[in-house]
Amino acid sequence: MGLSTGAHKPEFYKRLTFRSPATLHLGCIAQSLTSTYSFSVWGVCMSTKTSLLINGQARDVEAEPDTSLLSVLREQLDLTGSKYGCGEGQCGACTVLIEGKARRSCITPLWSVVNKSIITIEGLARERHLHPVQQAFLDEDAMQCAYCTSGMIMSAVSLLNSKHNPSDTDILEFMQGNICRCGTYPRILAAIRRAASVAPEPRS
Amino acid sequence: MSSKPLFPATLEPERYELASPPSWVFESDRRFFFKFLGAGLFIVCTSSKAGAWQESGAIRRNSEDALPQEIDAWLHLGEKGEITVFTGKVEVGQNIRTSLSQAVAEELRVPFDSVRIVMGDTQLVPFDMGTFGSRTTPVMNLQLRRVSAAARDALIAIAAKLWNADPSHLSAADGKVLETGSHRSATYSELVQGQQITQLLPSEDPLIPPAQWTVAGRSLPKVDGRDFVTGAHRYPSDQKLPDMLYGKVVRPAAFNAVLLSADTSEASHLPGVTVVRDGNFLGVAAPSSALAAKAAAAVRATWKSDPQPSSSELFEYLKKNQLPPGDRGEGSRFEAGNVNSVLSAAQSRLQSTYNINYIAHAPLEPRAALAVWDGDRLTVWTGTQRPFGVRLELASAFHIPEQNIRVLMPDTGSAYGGKHTGDAAIEAARLARATKRPVKIVWTREEEFTWAYFRPAGVIEVTSATDPSGKLTAWEFHNYNSGNAGILTYYEVSNQLIEFHPAKSPLRQGSYRGLAATANHFAREVHMDEIAHSLKIDPLEFRVLNLKEERLRSVFTEGARRFGWNGPKPANHGYGVGGGYEKLGYIATFAEVAASRDGSIKILRVLTAFDCGAIVNPDGLRNQIVGANIMGLGGALFETVEFANGRILNDRFSKYRVPRFRDVPPLETLLLDRKDQPPVGAGEAPIVGLAPAISNAIYDATGIRLRSLPLSPLLVPQGRQIS
Repeated sequence: MGLSTGAHKPEFYKRLTFRSPATLHLGCIAQSLTSTYSFSVWGVCMSTKTSLLINGQARDVEAEPDTSLLSVLREQLDLTGSKYGCGEGQCGACTVLIEGKARRSCITPLWSVVNKSIITIEGLARERHLHPVQQAFLDEDAMQCAYCTSGMIMSAVSLLNSKHNPSDTDILEFMQGNICRCGTYPRILAAIRRAASVAPEPRS
Repeated sequence: MSSKPLFPATLEPERYELASPPSWVFESDRRFFFKFLGAGLFIVCTSSKAGAWQESGAIRRNSEDALPQEIDAWLHLGEKGEITVFTGKVEVGQNIRTSLSQAVAEELRVPFDSVRIVMGDTQLVPFDMGTFGSRTTPVMNLQLRRVSAAARDALIAIAAKLWNADPSHLSAADGKVLETGSHRSATYSELVQGQQITQLLPSEDPLIPPAQWTVAGRSLPKVDGRDFVTGAHRYPSDQKLPDMLYGKVVRPAAFNAVLLSADTSEASHLPGVTVVRDGNFLGVAAPSSALAAKAAAAVRATWKSDPQPSSSELFEYLKKNQLPPGDRGEGSRFEAGNVNSVLSAAQSRLQSTYNINYIAHAPLEPRAALAVWDGDRLTVWTGTQRPFGVRLELASAFHIPEQNIRVLMPDTGSAYGGKHTGDAAIEAARLARATKRPVKIVWTREEEFTWAYFRPAGVIEVTSATDPSGKLTAWEFHNYNSGNAGILTYYEVSNQLIEFHPAKSPLRQGSYRGLAATANHFAREVHMDEIAHSLKIDPLEFRVLNLKEERLRSVFTEGARRFGWNGPKPANHGYGVGGGYEKLGYIATFAEVAASRDGSIKILRVLTAFDCGAIVNPDGLRNQIVGANIMGLGGALFETVEFANGRILNDRFSKYRVPRFRDVPPLETLLLDRKDQPPVGAGEAPIVGLAPAISNAIYDATGIRLRSLPLSPLLVPQGRQIS
């Protein structure tokens, strides 16, 4: 994990940050980021320890029970693939799978997902093998800025989990809650059709 | 055949958010740059005094006086063969990281995936005004092709010297220099081994013509696509540092409100919370975003604001509140012939008024910034189209020199002209300075809908006259507040008066994809349709009759042929067309709609014919054209910002409707690949034809003329009414 600078070339930045006197402070940051980021515990009054089952692993978090799952994923578990887009379940950018079904994590309170299987975009690929829906999005180049992409993919996986061969109408109805402001909807539709044609294994 | 732009590219006055020009300062010493990159080949540029307005490179505006001899490095080829290119342009989904990589790979003759581009890091890249105005392809693509060609030539020269060979017998391919007629070859990395070579960019260097492109001109997928489908890419809002706090601004109760008092005691007592008050700024920082929200809500603030206009009186307000010239932005006036006398004597005269509402960019990633101080040095990661502009804003906000500030722009979750300012960056930096910790701010959707800026609303009045043969004889066009982009007409008419009148805007306004070109094309192209119908001439025929520009005629006629403009259609169906010239591209959009007995309208299909010169990436281009049309559907059909007394009333996606899956009609693109013309941008122009094409098609189907954007908040593209 490193700070994204848009260049995606860690060696380059390591050299950059350590050698340039003007950016020594960044060098320190880059160095400390190589160790796991630990969240400072501030002893917030009502926060409780909770264990969640995320991407097949038990993960301990500490937060108030009504905290949104999205903020816990992003802030405590460093799972930033799920995005904030609206905070009211209207745009789908935060979509994750709870027990295999698409849920808007921004309006999902922590207490409601205890002992349930949670899959985020980070848990979809197996080793180096992308999920067929992820691969289909690449094959169709179904993105522009791609901020909506993880939510789109999670929704599509949920749809294909419940319906292996959806019609276009099924896809449009199911995906209606996911917004892409760049307007890549026709490509996303094509990607979901493509993924359906390669028969993804149901995942939960 | 014309290759000359119809109108010169200038900085449009409606880019209100850029109102204060950068007061130029001396560049930071770049000698360190060469140290850390180590050995290899550098392609550099030095500053020159040429050019009054240049958006990229070392030249700054208003810098006619002696400048320090600056050196900007554009390309580095390292000893291991690694290729790094530096540009101030940024990636917000328009896929320029891909198209620019193609340009570099083409001229440098290296594999496409061996190119790395550093974008929008103010410490590393040459100065750049910003990523807007569809300038990346005409300007930066050309610049990087020149830089890469210079690197290729330098490598050939190195090999020629090494082998004592004639450079004309050497060529470059696949990262190697080869000698014709011998087996001698060397990889680029072998050639630069152990050396530090600095090569100045030559002023003239032949580039590979588009007809011979092998890497450019192809449909290549998004660079780093895998990072986006796996969630690995870190957007600005995903950035994180150790000991980071989450910031939140306590927003005023209304626009332009003054903070009278603030009781922060409850918020300050929350664990780990810091409250900052500085003038009108009131913000909190906390160890989690949930706690930051709680703390912000616990601040009891009293604000004072004056009564403000509401959206129901918007258009009268804009007409009544024109600004004197020079007060805010410049108006513009273009006059030819004598409009008044021709209009008053005309037999056939038409006058119409068109209204354009405010709309919001609503980028899916809201504004976000992470700021960290080290003494008086500030580093900010933020999503902006103007990293250097944000650096300047930060410098003025904190009274520190620009060279103390580094702004980095990770590839961002879209912008559409909405991320030109550094609001979130300044807010995060203010809280970071108070807490002496890194602070991240991510705006909520409601903040994004309220405290960002909007596409300007406007009133446009058009009066025209034609002669009996259907030729335009007079054209008078007044735009109040919306803006200047695309205001001039490309139709042939001898008597013209075209004027942009800046007005006092009730809302903060600024750039949006295509700027006022969307409004001006809407008014012009609907008006052309109105004239054609009044003269009982086919609307397409009427346009072509009044048009000389060959490339613009082509998109109209080629598009019409593909669309089947002259084909039969059911009585309740309508065809409409709208098009024009914008950001150096030529566009014609065709729409077919069906009207139902219940009064609902369904958009059946849309075709866009587009000419943006030689095509760099056909699939990426189609993606932009379709995307612009889908985004354009919102502004054409239902998007509008409702406000009253300094507050936005529809500040969330449940209240502000944006296009969704079911709204999208079949969209076809017709690309006119002009390999004889330089490539230009495509992010903006394709948005301008849609709204007039739909409005004109609705008229064709129903006889109802819609002259306001959005055409109807109740109109649903796929034929459903919303209550």
